[in-house]
Amino acid sequence: MLTLENVSAGYGTFQALFGVSLEVRAGEAVAVIGPNGAGKTSLLRVISKVIPLNGGHIAMEGQSLDSVPAHRVIELGIAHVPEHRRLFPRLTVEENLRMGAFINGARSRFDERLAFVYELFPRMKERRHQLAGTMSGGEQQMCAIGRGLMSGPKLLLLDEPSAGLAPVIVQQVFDLVRRIRQEGYTVLIVEQNIQQVLKVVDRAYLLEVGRIKMSGASQELLENDEVRRAYIGL
Amino acid sequence: MEFSLLDPFLWETVIQGLLFGGVLALLSLGLNIIFGVIDVVWICYAELIMLGMYTIYFLYTDFGVPLPLAFLAGILVVAVLGALLHHLVIRPILHTEPINQLLVTGGVLFFLQGLATMMFSVEFRNLGVSFGSVSVAEMYFPVSRIIAFSVSIVAVVALWLFLKKTYLGTAIRAISQDRDVMPLMGVSPRKIYLVTSALGGGLAGLGACLLVLLYDIHPAIGLTFGPITFMVCVLGGLGNMIGGFIAAFIFAEFIALGGFYAEVEWGYVLAFVFFIVMMFIRPQGILGSKS
Repeated sequence: MLTLENVSAGYGTFQALFGVSLEVRAGEAVAVIGPNGAGKTSLLRVISKVIPLNGGHIAMEGQSLDSVPAHRVIELGIAHVPEHRRLFPRLTVEENLRMGAFINGARSRFDERLAFVYELFPRMKERRHQLAGTMSGGEQQMCAIGRGLMSGPKLLLLDEPSAGLAPVIVQQVFDLVRRIRQEGYTVLIVEQNIQQVLKVVDRAYLLEVGRIKMSGASQELLENDEVRRAYIGL
Repeated sequence: MEFSLLDPFLWETVIQGLLFGGVLALLSLGLNIIFGVIDVVWICYAELIMLGMYTIYFLYTDFGVPLPLAFLAGILVVAVLGALLHHLVIRPILHTEPINQLLVTGGVLFFLQGLATMMFSVEFRNLGVSFGSVSVAEMYFPVSRIIAFSVSIVAVVALWLFLKKTYLGTAIRAISQDRDVMPLMGVSPRKIYLVTSALGGGLAGLGACLLVLLYDIHPAIGLTFGPITFMVCVLGGLGNMIGGFIAAFIFAEFIALGGFYAEVEWGYVLAFVFFIVMMFIRPQGILGSKS
């Protein structure tokens, strides 16, 4: 579904990614794991074209993303739930969800998808008239994922959904990811919480200082001595 | 003068103030939306209104265009001017120091004023349209002011509905809260800024339709309405449209009552003193949250 071929990208003079290649197949959940500063967020941001692609190629379902501007990427079926959630704090929950359905193809199906998101997250229905900025971190994460689903994407990019949340809530967020998978979405997730994320995805890539260092089925990575020593602390 | 609540002239003055407040509220709307969304103050806002007034005047008097069509054209012309102002002047310096945007739109003010003087001379022109006045219980009100007030209120409500109920309106509110995340929603910030600028211009154009019914047109008329429009916005909390709405009526009543008890000039003096005092007490404006 999504292929990255030898992708390089960065911010200004700082290069964050060096020749990264990866693939996400339809129906899969794939994680990109790695330490802080490895380039995980940059990887999602270059797929969304929020940062420029300096080299290599990105394609979604065979269609090249290389020269697609950032605000058109979502039209190809890629929804990006960004780091720190980035909800509009002074819009209500429902208005945030409406922004997720801004693109032309999504507006006619707003009611249907809103009902779906409310079924997935009943809490959001209760809070639909509340300002997003006044909710707890976990609720905001639900709203951010819901906003991502409102465009009816084929592929959902999740950037550190568990970051900054209490341990109990982190568990709920990973349950959510599992739930979204069951609904048939293809997911590419970036996480620092390696042990948890490897339990919900099929495959994972290990990213270190902007390069893919290792990849494989999540079970393999969970059992890999190097990964266990460096990232899981066992 | 003796103070009496039974004085019909006092009530006439208060209601005149309300009517003027409606017009000020409309004038502040465009400036406020531009600041609230793009974070730029159009110092030349009232000069856009002036150009709208000339557009309406010439179409109506020289070309015989029916007044409603001339009004529509006035609104469209100023909407296009607003978009052009953003595209040509604001956008290239959007990410530089805010003082640059103030200075450059200040420069545009004098450019437009000078241009109007050269093209149209300093002559005072009047549309020559009169709607007469109505009397209610010994009080007299010009119909043009009642029209202006009604149109203002309708415009305020329509704008509120647009911002609250439509995708585009929601995006305009959203972009003021987080610009960088907008592309992930499929929204081009550049386009939203252009649309917002056209909207701000269109509101200035609507203001021109109302002012052209109430006042003579001349190249410096922007200086009559520019400062007070700006102060209404600041008093309400720059960018806060509800605050601006309330502040417009406060200012208008100061001016109307000042004119009733003394002279209109004293009304302005009192209004400005009130403004200065308020800036010490509540520099962020009545409903503003930013300092």
